[in-house]
Amino acid sequence: MTEPTRQAVMGPDGLEALRQALVRRGRTVVGPTVRDDAIVLAELTSASELPFGWGVEVEAGRYRLRRRSDRMAFAHSAGPQSWKKYLHPERVRQWTADRGPDGTLTVREEVDRPPAYAFLGVRPCDLSAIAVQDRVLVGGPHRDEAYRRRRTGAFLVVVECVEPGATCFCVSMGTGPAVHGGHDLALTEVDDERGHRFWVRAGSEAGAEVLAELPVRPADPTTVARAEEAVTRAAGRMGRTMPPVDLRDLMRDTLEAERWNDVAARCLTCGNCTMVCPTCYCTTTEDVTDLTGEHAERWRRWDVCYDLDFTHMHGGTVRRSGLSRYRQWLTHKIGTWHDQFGSSGCVGCGRCIVWCPVAIDITEEAHALHAEASGRDAEGAGAS
Amino acid sequence: MSGVDRRPTMAVWKFASCDGCQLTLLDCEDELLPLADQVRISYFLEATSAAGPGPYDLSLVDGSITTPADAERIRHIRDVSRYLVTIGACATAGGIQALRNFADVAEFRAAVYASPEYVETLADSTAISLNVPVDFELRGCPVDRGQLLEVITAHLAGRRPDISDHSVCFPCKRRGTVCLPVAKGVPCLGPVTHDGCGALCPAYGRGCYGCFGPSGSTNLPAFVPLLRRDGMSGLDVVRVLRTFNTAAPEFAAASSALAEAERPPEAGQRDATGEPGPGQDGAAPRHRWEDE
Repeated sequence: MTEPTRQAVMGPDGLEALRQALVRRGRTVVGPTVRDDAIVLAELTSASELPFGWGVEVEAGRYRLRRRSDRMAFAHSAGPQSWKKYLHPERVRQWTADRGPDGTLTVREEVDRPPAYAFLGVRPCDLSAIAVQDRVLVGGPHRDEAYRRRRTGAFLVVVECVEPGATCFCVSMGTGPAVHGGHDLALTEVDDERGHRFWVRAGSEAGAEVLAELPVRPADPTTVARAEEAVTRAAGRMGRTMPPVDLRDLMRDTLEAERWNDVAARCLTCGNCTMVCPTCYCTTTEDVTDLTGEHAERWRRWDVCYDLDFTHMHGGTVRRSGLSRYRQWLTHKIGTWHDQFGSSGCVGCGRCIVWCPVAIDITEEAHALHAEASGRDAEGAGAS
Repeated sequence: MSGVDRRPTMAVWKFASCDGCQLTLLDCEDELLPLADQVRISYFLEATSAAGPGPYDLSLVDGSITTPADAERIRHIRDVSRYLVTIGACATAGGIQALRNFADVAEFRAAVYASPEYVETLADSTAISLNVPVDFELRGCPVDRGQLLEVITAHLAGRRPDISDHSVCFPCKRRGTVCLPVAKGVPCLGPVTHDGCGALCPAYGRGCYGCFGPSGSTNLPAFVPLLRRDGMSGLDVVRVLRTFNTAAPEFAAASSALAEAERPPEAGQRDATGEPGPGQDGAAPRHRWEDE
């Protein structure tokens, strides 16, 4: 028996073969596609629905779809949605309860049967985001079963990033643009004078099995070199950076900074940044009854630390000011997340920057806090 | 159910409004009969002319207070109601008729009626909560059918209604709609508007126009420049804030500040000082008798 192929090169037609191989395994294949002037995630019924020849132009508070001069399918940065839409759905029924005619209560736990997903086109930053949610939702003693059922069987096809956007900073967060494991298949896209093609590597046994069914040719040194160069170039083209300091320390030491007043004056507390964030995981539960009162349900929904109800408890809301809510979000995301889950909660995808209607930029805020703290330190040093 | 009828009693009251919110209750076709099993509808003139006596366990109030007689009537209704819920933008924020709060109602009256002396009206259209204590305010123009049933259901179960105070952006993102201002530069009031519709308009490519009024946490001074960026003139912004929830304090403060800034210089010297005009300070409208 020969060693299964671990790497190869395939043409763009290989994407439909890949989709079909995954469908044959009973999987629902989800990937990027153009809809409503954006590249969104949706079930793919054909690989031709991938955004071939589409790119995006992003800035803080701004996203525009752009035609590219080439045929690249994955030359776009993060869109309005992330994979948590599938792994950590916005709304899950947890149980139902019914009261019978004799007054006895019957409670049924909801055990849904989600599809076996295959995600086609996961960026390395988003693969890191999935790993972050893994640690949060199933990494501790209390596992989120709804997440686990979706995540356990999911097949991940990562596409390395060769076209970062103006709001990307995965290099600062150490999550991209190259992939470093955790995938079933990794693809790197090249479109040059030798043609449009993908360098494919298997990252798991399941990935190697699928790779064996694809119309591939042996990996040639030119394609591999071009692919590696493209990813290296991408690393040098990040649109944003985080300050080169320990962000956890920075957050801890700037809790009273003047900058928080500045950002709070601009923040709408609308919650968009958290909902587009691929790692924000918070939920709330609501119990509802029907008119008769004989039937009750518990629903779990995405919740957001910008919601006044998020900290509502006896006596009212704890974080009433916009300042306290923005600060909670940022200091948790890049600071106390380390204490809680052993990593940063930010992967540098830039979504919170793009989809903030009023263009608040997490990296700009971090730099400003760093500058304020440095200035304060310098002043302190000067005075002594 | 033999003998005593133990169902809680419900009343539906009308003040200045188009009755659309009451119609929303009648529109609950599938739920109306089950609802009638649970509550005794004692007073609902939109549905039946047979008015039962009070007191009432649950009063739903539609419409705003615009006449001296109505100002008296709502006090009586409060007195005979255990739990009082306002339904819709008129009852909760004064409605579109609160545009009068920014103008001269005597002038309107003279222009519209042949014999204006027969029309007794107040200078302001006010929310019910500015007249009597209110237990719960349901927003929207009109209210959402599902939310209306949820308020009644929650009341019957003695629990808090599952109705959030957050912005329209929450349901908009949850349903996966691509953000209109960010991706298309379409003006949208979603970030400052109260959830309740489930982000209906943006899902059809149309910016939110704020028919549920301000959310529980707004920042209008930071938000208005976004509408300007997306092509609205100062006057456009004033107009979009002055619709069904024109007198909601957050919207009124922002529209008044802008209207003042937009006022042509010949309108007065006030612009130089930036002081707001009388009755346009964005605070809750005072209850002024028109002829005072």
